[in-house]
Amino acid sequence: MTDTHIHAPQDGDEPIFYQVEDHHPEGSTMLGFWLYLMSDCLIFACLFAIYAVLGRNYAAGPSPADLFDLPLVAINTAMLLFSSITYGFAMLMMEKGNKRAMLLWLAITGLFGAVFIGLELYEFIHLIHEGAGPQRSAFLSAFFTLVGTHGLHVTFGLIWLVTLMVQVGKYGLIEENKRRLMCLSMFWHFLDVIWIGVFSFVYLMGVL
Amino acid sequence: MSSQPNQNAEDAHHAHSHGHEASHGTMKSYITGFVLAVILTAIPFWLVMAKVFENPAVTAALVMAFAVVQIIVHMVYFLHMNTKSEGGWTILALIFTVVVIAIALSGSLWVMHHLNTNMMPMTPEMMKNMP
Repeated sequence: MTDTHIHAPQDGDEPIFYQVEDHHPEGSTMLGFWLYLMSDCLIFACLFAIYAVLGRNYAAGPSPADLFDLPLVAINTAMLLFSSITYGFAMLMMEKGNKRAMLLWLAITGLFGAVFIGLELYEFIHLIHEGAGPQRSAFLSAFFTLVGTHGLHVTFGLIWLVTLMVQVGKYGLIEENKRRLMCLSMFWHFLDVIWIGVFSFVYLMGVL
Repeated sequence: MSSQPNQNAEDAHHAHSHGHEASHGTMKSYITGFVLAVILTAIPFWLVMAKVFENPAVTAALVMAFAVVQIIVHMVYFLHMNTKSEGGWTILALIFTVVVIAIALSGSLWVMHHLNTNMMPMTPEMMKNMP
């Protein structure tokens, strides 16, 4: 008789049609964010597919071997890898409830991320200056789209990072901030995973 | 009726604590992941920059193999992937994504390669009058 209970409540028996939750169960947020990351993964997969198809169409222009500076890419890779481990340390400090140490590690992570973006912008400006801009050939269009999309993700990750640093500084390590920090952690490590594909497939295989 | 909300609240709490445990690593796991990632990054860069192998196809295959291994290392040690987190839904979503990516990548390459090889040859005059 549970159905009648809901539709026609007895006197004094309050029907409950919805639930008010005072705090969000963390598990569902993490799963939802993971699903977002997977869909983002598909965007990158499409861009990788475009690069795989068009990557050898130079239109009599420069080839990857002429353009790419591998030591610079190696430094860039190191920056992103360092930022991944420092973010990991920030998460460990968050677990211990050490706010100051966590903010310090987040700041170091942001610094590595900023150096990465700086070097990538330098590379892009250098390429465009050499006449190898995105409009030069199909290869360069695909290259700028793929690497630029990754760079944009890192840029937004940096904005998010600074926002969360301000939030933690203002409100401390409350449950909401911990949840946000964990989402950013997944986002940040995910970008490093995408970068593995970029440096292997675009840069290293390009200069072969 | 009255026990229903309590039950739900308990469930939510359970999910909460599970998610909490699943999404954290330890100092040891982060360091292990980092050392493995550094090794797996350094080797392909060395293979390409020092031109270790004469045949570029061998180097390309090795670079891709190292990339796949490093992606798995990142997934396990940094993103804390396992078959149990969120009751297996994360790994299921990941497997689905990998399948879609495999279809999209191999399909694009396959179709476009055949399109290229089966195109009618173009004369320089035709090329000049291209739109």
